[in-house]
Amino acid sequence: MVRIEVNGRQFGVDAAPDTPLLWVLRDHLGLPGTKYGCGRALCGACTVHLDEAAVRSCALPLADVAGRRVTTIEGLAGGHRHAVQTAWIELDVPQCGYCQSGQIMSAAALLRRNPDPSDADIDAAMAGNICRCGTYSRIRRAIHRAAALIRAGH
Amino acid sequence: MDADVSRRDFIAAAAALGGALVIALSLPAGARAAARAGAGPELNAWLRIAPDDTITILVDRSEMGQGVYTALPTLIAEELEVRLEVLRIVAAPVGDAYFNPGNDGQITGTSNSVQDAWVKLRTAGAQARTMLIAAAADIWGVDPRQCIAKDGAVTNRDGARLRYGALAARAARLPLPQGVALKPRADFALIGRSLPRTDTPAKVDGRAEFGIDVRLPGMLYGAFAQSPVLGGWPDSVDSAAAARLPGVRLVLPLDRGVLVVADHYWQALAARKALKVRWNPGRNATLDNAAIGALLRNAAAADPGLAARTDGDADGALQGAARTHSAVYELPLLAHATMEPMNCTADVRADGCDLYVGTQVQQLAQAAAAPAAGLPPDLVRVHTTFLGGGFGRRLDVDFIPAAVAGSKAAGRPVQVIWTREDDMTHDTYRPPALELISAGFDAAGRLIAWKLHIVSPSVTARMQPPVTGVDPSVVEAAVNFPYDVPNVSVTYTRQEIGIDVGYMRSVSHAINCFVIESFIDELAALCGKNPYDFRIGMLGHRPRHVRVLETAARLAGWGKAARGRHQGLALMQGYGTCLAQIAEISVDGGSPKVHRIVCVVDCGQMVNPAIVESQIEGGIVFGLTETLWGEITIAHGVVQQTNFDGYRLLRANEMPNIEVQLLASDAPPGGVGEVAVPLVAPAVCNAVFAATGKRLRALPIGAVAL
Repeated sequence: MVRIEVNGRQFGVDAAPDTPLLWVLRDHLGLPGTKYGCGRALCGACTVHLDEAAVRSCALPLADVAGRRVTTIEGLAGGHRHAVQTAWIELDVPQCGYCQSGQIMSAAALLRRNPDPSDADIDAAMAGNICRCGTYSRIRRAIHRAAALIRAGH
Repeated sequence: MDADVSRRDFIAAAAALGGALVIALSLPAGARAAARAGAGPELNAWLRIAPDDTITILVDRSEMGQGVYTALPTLIAEELEVRLEVLRIVAAPVGDAYFNPGNDGQITGTSNSVQDAWVKLRTAGAQARTMLIAAAADIWGVDPRQCIAKDGAVTNRDGARLRYGALAARAARLPLPQGVALKPRADFALIGRSLPRTDTPAKVDGRAEFGIDVRLPGMLYGAFAQSPVLGGWPDSVDSAAAARLPGVRLVLPLDRGVLVVADHYWQALAARKALKVRWNPGRNATLDNAAIGALLRNAAAADPGLAARTDGDADGALQGAARTHSAVYELPLLAHATMEPMNCTADVRADGCDLYVGTQVQQLAQAAAAPAAGLPPDLVRVHTTFLGGGFGRRLDVDFIPAAVAGSKAAGRPVQVIWTREDDMTHDTYRPPALELISAGFDAAGRLIAWKLHIVSPSVTARMQPPVTGVDPSVVEAAVNFPYDVPNVSVTYTRQEIGIDVGYMRSVSHAINCFVIESFIDELAALCGKNPYDFRIGMLGHRPRHVRVLETAARLAGWGKAARGRHQGLALMQGYGTCLAQIAEISVDGGSPKVHRIVCVVDCGQMVNPAIVESQIEGGIVFGLTETLWGEITIAHGVVQQTNFDGYRLLRANEMPNIEVQLLASDAPPGGVGEVAVPLVAPAVCNAVFAATGKRLRALPIGAVAL
């Protein structure tokens, strides 16, 4: 039994310690918003926050997150709507939507450490998140918009 | 707005509707005739209105990002006089009413969802509105012409008002009104506006349910081992070690592989690694790229091909030409690489099977599941989830039977998930192609002969046999070659390569447009002409082509690129849409860098311009991946790319500026989901030629030294 904190709640997880956090979230804790894309930290679909940082949960063994604070798309804004999600809706960013949980988690982590990112900052921070539908232009605009919303007190 | 179309919603909606009514809507002419003939009316339903005023739209095309859960309900809402955001949107089940004649089935593909629905769903909305008005008029004892429908209610001149929910039961008993007039375009309140997508809210907070997210009580997870060599099968399986691992419930040898079912997916994966399978490689043990290339080259030499288009006498004109030019183009195998790997959830019981799957082909999914379930197809209920990308991959149903067999054997619901590696190494790949192309000029320098010989496997021959003659999905963009040339020959030689190939976004448009638009550029260079002028000079009778090309040249500043930047252009018509692209590149350290792509689109009338724009942008990104990086290679029958390191997809830091201009048009809607993909490669390669004088006749080019 491994104890972890996810979205502010404590869980005891009965899974092999090498089980990636991704599958713990999806299969054990009923949080399927975090997506499986590659299993090797290559595509970013599984991005969650570990403490404050964006991490790829598909390549993060359960044993390594014991006692750490995990935030998923379901808990990003504690039941409200994060500025990034608001901006995503305003710009209608998603197409198929499968990668967007990961995109949003990466964007939120970026804005936490850099409240006013340049295009180059955004491209660098988001290069680990693949979108096969090709929503990158709208993602970039939505991150600028979210930054403005946060500055305005969202 | 609740656009969450989970199974639970669907069932809840159905339950909530209980005694509520399904409004009978327009039937195709044949079905109506059958109904009149006494076969009994077969109700054709996209719309349900519950007593509590919940208006449910059943969308009969799969939402894979292209926006059908917004565009199709908009068509109904326009005539029904309701706002889009009040609608509850669910996936339609399998049904004859949902047949898409353009695709010969209940199929989402060929970019034709809006084209198919354009009149059909507006008519459905108008008929329903007419019936609701008639029901209200009947209650009030007034002439229906004194009543109007607006915002989900009917009102009359006396100020009386009845909500649709109070009228639906009575309305559904009325005969289907015939000859209902549709709104003229000037009266559209919803169509043509960039209304918010109905699926966005659920896609930004993790609620949207994709196939991989389906959760059923007691559900187990399956991992499916398949032959490393494409087309192989298991000869024998030693499952003793795997069966002893934690959580493992079942090891099930099947025709094409071995299924491991466990309590959790990670356990199933661990157990799959412990399987000892002796694979029979079948016929592909020695297949590799050299062998595929040889097959195509030999076929090209041996067979002139079947005629797909013949204008005049291209061979004769080439023989008599003052000047000729020939080239050979090659295109690789490609993987669809949807972000959501293939998966399927099945719940088989004695009396039926529920299938939860992201599919583009509901009927084929049903047909694929039925034998594995040991049930007739009509006892397989298909619940279509959101698709985490389709791009044609989910036109195939190869990932369905194992889940069904697993559920049947386990007596529990089973979700089978392909790993990324499974998905990439067992795709139904975009076919490779070898294309031989020649042109001839007369003494005055006029292009008088055009001859294109396409050699490629046929997807249609596998998926929708039999194909007699030329597979139309191999000669797209070639049979409607737009330039004024008196002698044109397009021929096709079918050469299979031993592995399954599939339809992929824009299908053969992407192959043929690359060849045609690159070769036109070669000819312009040969004549010393500007590629833009050369094209415009041969488009005399094609005002749509001229308009998009002229507009693109103006927007992109054709001929006025900054120092160090170089431009290339491409033009295409497909899916009822006409468009032009201009790419602007530089060559840095021997590699191409794409800075800007301008795309001008005439797709006829648009239901939702913002969605059209996103489809064009997304298509360009998809095309950039194909241009720069897309290539599947095979060695000893095994696909060499296993994940996104080996099969590179365009990333945010590689994005050019994309500028999309959508032209106003009165034409009926054209397709937009695929049409932007094919032009990227020729536009970029033509720009590379402008920059370096090097003509690139094979893709991808991202790693080519310039």
